[in-house]
Amino acid sequence: MKIELRDPNTIMKLSRLGSFHQSKLSFLRSFLSEFKDWDYNRDFFNLDQEGYGEAVYSFKKKDRVYSLVCFANPIKDEERSDRVIATKWDAAFTLHDGIPSRDDIKRLKDEVPKQEVGRLTFKELTLSRANKSVRVFNHVVESLSEGKQPDVNLLSKVGYLYRTTAVYGSGKFGLADRFRIKNREEINGPFRLEMMLVYLVRQFTFDQVNHVAHCKNPKKAVKLDKQICKNLGIGNSTGLGMAPFIVNHPTLLNNWILSRETALKEIREIKIVKNEDSELFKDCVKKSLKNITSWNTDSEYQQKKISLLLKNVEKFINYIENNFDFKTEYPFNEIYLWLEQNTCEECIEYIVSIMMEPYSNITNPLVSNMSSDEDKYFNIPTNRTVQELRDIIEVKYPNILDINFDQKENHQNFWFISKNKEEPRLADRFEEHGSELEQPLAVARDIKKLYEKLLSEKNNSSIAEFLSLNSELRHVVRRAFIIEKFPYSEIQDNTISKNIVPIDMLRLKLSFFGALKFDPRSDKWLRICMFQGAPLPGELKNYDEQWVYKTNN
Amino acid sequence: MRSLSEIETAAKRASRAVGFSWGNSEEVGKSIRLLEMFGLQGIKNLNYYLKEKDTKNFEDLNLISEKNEPSSEAFCPIILGISFLDQIKLIENFETIKFKKIAHPIIFLSFLSRASEISGKKIYIKFDQNEILMNLNVNISSNIFNKEFPKFANEIEIKFVNNQDNFTDSEWNSLYKLAENTFVEESESLKQGAAGAGLTDND
Repeated sequence: MKIELRDPNTIMKLSRLGSFHQSKLSFLRSFLSEFKDWDYNRDFFNLDQEGYGEAVYSFKKKDRVYSLVCFANPIKDEERSDRVIATKWDAAFTLHDGIPSRDDIKRLKDEVPKQEVGRLTFKELTLSRANKSVRVFNHVVESLSEGKQPDVNLLSKVGYLYRTTAVYGSGKFGLADRFRIKNREEINGPFRLEMMLVYLVRQFTFDQVNHVAHCKNPKKAVKLDKQICKNLGIGNSTGLGMAPFIVNHPTLLNNWILSRETALKEIREIKIVKNEDSELFKDCVKKSLKNITSWNTDSEYQQKKISLLLKNVEKFINYIENNFDFKTEYPFNEIYLWLEQNTCEECIEYIVSIMMEPYSNITNPLVSNMSSDEDKYFNIPTNRTVQELRDIIEVKYPNILDINFDQKENHQNFWFISKNKEEPRLADRFEEHGSELEQPLAVARDIKKLYEKLLSEKNNSSIAEFLSLNSELRHVVRRAFIIEKFPYSEIQDNTISKNIVPIDMLRLKLSFFGALKFDPRSDKWLRICMFQGAPLPGELKNYDEQWVYKTNN
Repeated sequence: MRSLSEIETAAKRASRAVGFSWGNSEEVGKSIRLLEMFGLQGIKNLNYYLKEKDTKNFEDLNLISEKNEPSSEAFCPIILGISFLDQIKLIENFETIKFKKIAHPIIFLSFLSRASEISGKKIYIKFDQNEILMNLNVNISSNIFNKEFPKFANEIEIKFVNNQDNFTDSEWNSLYKLAENTFVEESESLKQGAAGAGLTDND
């Protein structure tokens, strides 16, 4: 049976993209898989009694070494902020390419804690900072120093000791450009070095909390239980900074979504499913319920989504337990069609992710297709004709062409870059100043403008001729030719409408990172958790691939 | 040291800030990144150009022909570069393309380098005493490397270099003869047994 890839006009809607969940294709899981046979080491650990100082952790294989350099510094409670406007953090980190020399560490000690106002070099690959969850960190220190393990219920509610507030890579603040390292096999997957940084930071948080507890009461202190460590991840606060990324990197976005869609298509095309595979799938679905019931958020919007998800997943479990036979032909196709008929978008995408669990043979080859050499697709084929461009737009943006941008609510918002922090922001164009400096992120509006302009042009005019008189539309001409080849490269929605929910854009990206427990704090920023339940570095050589569905929290 | 990613973003935003469209600004970002990657002074010259842009009324040239001359002020290197890039499939058949008066020609060159890759032909540029070869966007060779690049070019001549060997037949044959010394002379039995295919094509 031949199954078609799902229609981009359905999948690329923001409400659907904002319902995506982590899967085997997620970057933190593919990172663990790639680095599982590397040698992990804590090379240097020099913290004072309060836990301030430096530490270095590394992954090594043959001649290649990646080193996380950590700096933990004292800050006052009133200075601690997750917002990007903060200037001080509990800890700052960089991933150094190779083994850092003493001079490197001295240089990094001056620069890394400054974050955006510091300067890194091509020897550094990623940069980040993190703040303690003070409540949890202090509780763990207190408990351990008294010889007790901490209250797992409290830990479970938060899920981490530290949360990062930004992770930078690819040339930011002087970091190495991607092209310098793109041919390294081990990082042939997006954000792999960012994932490595976060993973090693997680280990640093355990070592630091153990160290502080020990210094506090050397005779009585115990170490944090390994199983408790395993059930802690690293938190992350994410704001709008992440949203434009998926608009600005169309071919990369396509490759992420296309990999997911290809995996689903191939799974739906499996005629006979082995018993062990169907059992693994069912086991993951059932065990994953704990991830839903332990998903805490104050956001009413998310609470409703979680509640509906839980009901729908329970309904699905009832269906596969009582009304479904995996011996039927093409069982995953049957399941998918049932999901489309009977469950919400959040549940469809949740189960789609779990369908991949038994099929490493399908997902592993796709992981290496999830990067993109974006420069290859930058040039506009200017010898093509107006007629061809018009045809592309009609086929690829049918719903966008239906939007009436003369209506105020359809162009209510605008995206801009804040002068203070050089970060993307979203504002109401009728209430705030600055819309004349709008960023080119209103793709739907500009595509429609382009289409209307093309209607009055001669069919056989070349794109070169068209652009010589319409340079203001060049950015969307480029995009239209990209979507011709990359069907999932564009969000098929209006990113400036009154009703836009920007966290849908963040969730899409974070789901590909492998984040769990999305906790929206407003419609513009959210907290998440990464690596919760993941193997510890010492366990990497032999770990349970389905760890994500088997956490105790 | 600034990363190329920072260079591209800053060049793009600065170009937008002085009035170029977002699409054209994206082209400038790519081109300045390219110059800096090749070790040429992209940022420095873009700065010169952007500072002059308001005071000098640089001319736009949207349709390139074999001979191009501005009416008064020099050509804007950005619009000229983008036009060259966009029209490359039409103009690559011209034997020679001549321009008079181009401001900050190094910026124009970055677009020619990209055009060289698109057309699949090397592009040779001569102005004043300067000679430059755009090598399919893989590198740029010139006799002015490490010198201050002129801020103005009075007469520029551009030629598309047909893909042809850089050496004579006898030089090639001499080298090939040496290379043959790595081959084994086949005996009759080797002729019979060492090849994978049959001895005739009629079997």
